[in-house]
Amino acid sequence: MSVHPPLLTPAYKSTILRAPAQPPVLLPHSLTELTAPVLGEGRVSTEDGDLTIWDGGEAQGQRIIVHGQVRDSDGRPVPHTLIEIWQANAAGRYRHRWDRHDAPLDPHFAGVGRVLTDAAGDYRFVTVKPGAYPWGNHENAWRPAHIHVSLFGQAFTQRLVTQMYFPDDPLLAYDPIFNSVPTEAGRRALIADFDLSATVESWALGFRFDIVLRGRGATPMEAA
Amino acid sequence: MTTETPSQTVGPFLSIGLPWADGPDVVAEGTHGEFWLRGVVRDGAGAVVPDALVETWQADPEGQFGGTFRGFGRCPTDDEGRYGIRTVKPGVVAAPGGDTQAPHVDVSVFARGLLNRVVTRVYFADEPANATDPVLSGVPADRRDTLIAVPDGDGYRFDISLQGPHETVFFEL
Repeated sequence: MSVHPPLLTPAYKSTILRAPAQPPVLLPHSLTELTAPVLGEGRVSTEDGDLTIWDGGEAQGQRIIVHGQVRDSDGRPVPHTLIEIWQANAAGRYRHRWDRHDAPLDPHFAGVGRVLTDAAGDYRFVTVKPGAYPWGNHENAWRPAHIHVSLFGQAFTQRLVTQMYFPDDPLLAYDPIFNSVPTEAGRRALIADFDLSATVESWALGFRFDIVLRGRGATPMEAA
Repeated sequence: MTTETPSQTVGPFLSIGLPWADGPDVVAEGTHGEFWLRGVVRDGAGAVVPDALVETWQADPEGQFGGTFRGFGRCPTDDEGRYGIRTVKPGVVAAPGGDTQAPHVDVSVFARGLLNRVVTRVYFADEPANATDPVLSGVPADRRDTLIAVPDGDGYRFDISLQGPHETVFFEL
């Protein structure tokens, strides 16, 4: 069974008209699928890894450090790969023209960050813990706090966009997006661990979120 | 083998995090042979999808990857579901087993309501090599046209239907 959610997951209503109905056609891997763009230093500055300072001031909220290692399912670290994140602010509001949630925007929080993994595949962001927010999917629907995470890896087959969740969030049990992941191990892999060793005294809580991309030699049957 | 991290949707607010000012520019303006690859993304009801992201990955005109050719494009759809990528035609690329593939562009589509990306390929209507392309040949004949970009205006047009009677062929990697 694949670790990835089935595209048609009716409990998440937006999938109903957007999930393809036809079965996918198997694409044998050629160079196009085994290569990936090199998106390096020119796109990322040191400040892009710190979301807590924006437009001349400091964001409101619980300051956190999110760090971890990116590796592939064969256990190999993925060095020098671009990670892009975006998230709601501490009150659960996105800086986006479509977000009408009645929660305040933060003048000092844009909610977007970028870093590259280092030679060992490790990465680190500083941000604030995003708030939960309501969405219209079903009655009294609230998204658990989450950070959107996008990665390229080293092959087209490794491209991944996911969401990182926080431990002990009671909203996880009710969230059809989180619960679209078919296996317990897969759902567990989306929840960061509180990390006391990454916590900085009198400054920020640490969370560890390791990310495992598909193995570079994996076939669809093995990519589970 | 350790468990892969599962995919999740980009959600409706992906344009906070993913677009770049030069995202659509696989090649810089003024590059020899440049054209626009444009299209509209639609859902199963035929409605335009205004919160999708289209990403492209391709070989350079000699069929090579790496070097200074970026090869990568990304463009969010606008309120009318439209995207546009400024690029050049890729060369032929070797296929597994020693054949060659016709010029093609790999495409990922992300959107609210897509719990994982969907992957398709762009081929070009004016390429005779399409007739012997091993991937196109493996696609049911009555759906092959969903993978063919047609000359239009300042380049080629490639519409994407996520679902429905003209559903685009999507690939499993």
